Amino acid sequence: MRFERAAWWFVAPALLVIGVFFFLPVFAALLMSLTDFDIYALADLRNLRFVGLGNYVSLLQTPLFWQAFGNTLYFVVVGVPLSIGVSLGTALLLHSRLARFKAFFRTALFAPVVTTLVAVAVIWRYLFNTRYGLLNYALGSVGIQPIDWLGDPHWAMPAIIVFAVWKNFGYNMIILLAGLQSIPEELYEAARIDGASIWRQFRYVTLPMLAPILLMVSILTIAGYFQLFAEPYVMTQGGPLQSTVSVLYLMYEEGFKWWNLGSASAVAFVLFLVIFAITALQLRYTRQRAWT
Amino acid sequence: MKRKLAAPLVNGLLLAAAVITLFPLFWMASTSLMAPGESSTFPPPLFPNRATFGNYRELFAHAGLGRYLANSVLLATVATIVSLVFNVSAGYAFAKLRFAGRERIFRLLLGALVIPGQVAMVPLFLLLKHLGLVNTYGGVIVPAMASIFGIFLVRQYALSIPNELLEAARIDGASEFRIFRLIVVPVLKPIIVTLAVFTLLGTWNDFMWPLIVLTDKDLYTLPVALATLSREHVQDDEMMMAGSVVTILPVLLVFLSLQRYYLQGLMGGSVKG
Repeated sequence: MRFERAAWWFVAPALLVIGVFFFLPVFAALLMSLTDFDIYALADLRNLRFVGLGNYVSLLQTPLFWQAFGNTLYFVVVGVPLSIGVSLGTALLLHSRLARFKAFFRTALFAPVVTTLVAVAVIWRYLFNTRYGLLNYALGSVGIQPIDWLGDPHWAMPAIIVFAVWKNFGYNMIILLAGLQSIPEELYEAARIDGASIWRQFRYVTLPMLAPILLMVSILTIAGYFQLFAEPYVMTQGGPLQSTVSVLYLMYEEGFKWWNLGSASAVAFVLFLVIFAITALQLRYTRQRAWT
Repeated sequence: MKRKLAAPLVNGLLLAAAVITLFPLFWMASTSLMAPGESSTFPPPLFPNRATFGNYRELFAHAGLGRYLANSVLLATVATIVSLVFNVSAGYAFAKLRFAGRERIFRLLLGALVIPGQVAMVPLFLLLKHLGLVNTYGGVIVPAMASIFGIFLVRQYALSIPNELLEAARIDGASEFRIFRLIVVPVLKPIIVTLAVFTLLGTWNDFMWPLIVLTDKDLYTLPVALATLSREHVQDDEMMMAGSVVTILPVLLVFLSLQRYYLQGLMGGSVKG
């Protein structure tokens, strides 16, 4: 009994913080998304009305919401495979027995992950500059005309994707490298004795052994990429022509610029449901494949 | 023949990847030392004509960068220390102490990991407004005082503490807090350092929440201040790069000096989980 009381002293502070400042707000967000909580309710709670699913219905009828959703989806669908591809490629290079100065390369490739997103976004904004940016200068030296990276609605999202891949690939690279190191060397030896080429070793030994980690990495990366916010906030402010407004950017503007807090909560919940559904689908799909 | 080419290919690709990865950081450092307007010439210069610390002086003297730096140091340090105390004790309890509902609560916490933090932000803002914490240091720190991820990380590590060690201390009459302080904390030291680095970098780099909760310029953290400055000073590349250096350098140094713990935590935790 005395023992149990001591145990509670250990967990109570953390549980209290998480309960009050996370679980309670999440639950409140669900309730708020069913109200018309706005600047008038902020001033006086008597102005608050229950609107049922009204916020969700009007959201689904707002073109900007669909635009933000489409932009975010674009960022995820192109950015995640690209990001994991670069992570896997660099992890394979670092894992290679032929690689030298491994510790240095590992640190160098990982460095962008620990840097401050806002600060490196500021750097990249200048690298993407149409006239003086080094990216266009480099492309110009191979004969490519200058691209208005952040000013052209067609190029702004690709530019943000390039930046995001640079910033994030190191994280998954380290996780995949740990996965590669845990594959028993005997499997490769057996494959070599059977005369398997490098490519077939990768296809029939590395990839299957890495599959569980690749699944985990892709779930986490997809969830993370859906939370796109600071990149457009700093680099494009959602523009040009709202081509980089993300779901969270919309939530931020709805909630903390226009003070439509009910509607902002609905945006946040839609985002959560989308992430949740995709995670569940991924888990189910792989489980089914594993059984057959 | 094939083998002869393989080694230069692997190392060449690694070198190219490292150059591309580090180049923006090098360019930032180099441009921060250029005279105002120097980088906006064609072709874009890689090195300053004559290196100067003028941009840094300007930022600290007139843009209040010293204040933002102090805010960031204070907030990241306090949030890290408090959350370490809370997360480590809770993680240990979930691994080694018995109490009613332990497994149920832990499963609930794990399940909640799929909820993006931003879902909580709107009501959290109202809650903190009600508590008078909006636009204070407390508003930034309070939600960061404990994290599910931190508890999970510590718990996984603490599971390996042998029960006999704890039982022996109990038989000797040591209180649970004494056992925690004298036996558990030393054993958990590697994971504590790992979590400390994770939390420190996380709070230092955090942007969206401080942006929402802080309105008074004097309280801004470096990322929030830099984002605001960069909207006001779009043309001042060199000064913005100096601001970026001041923002990035501290975390980069922390990472470089403690990277063994950071990378091990990342590799160990992920493979087990």
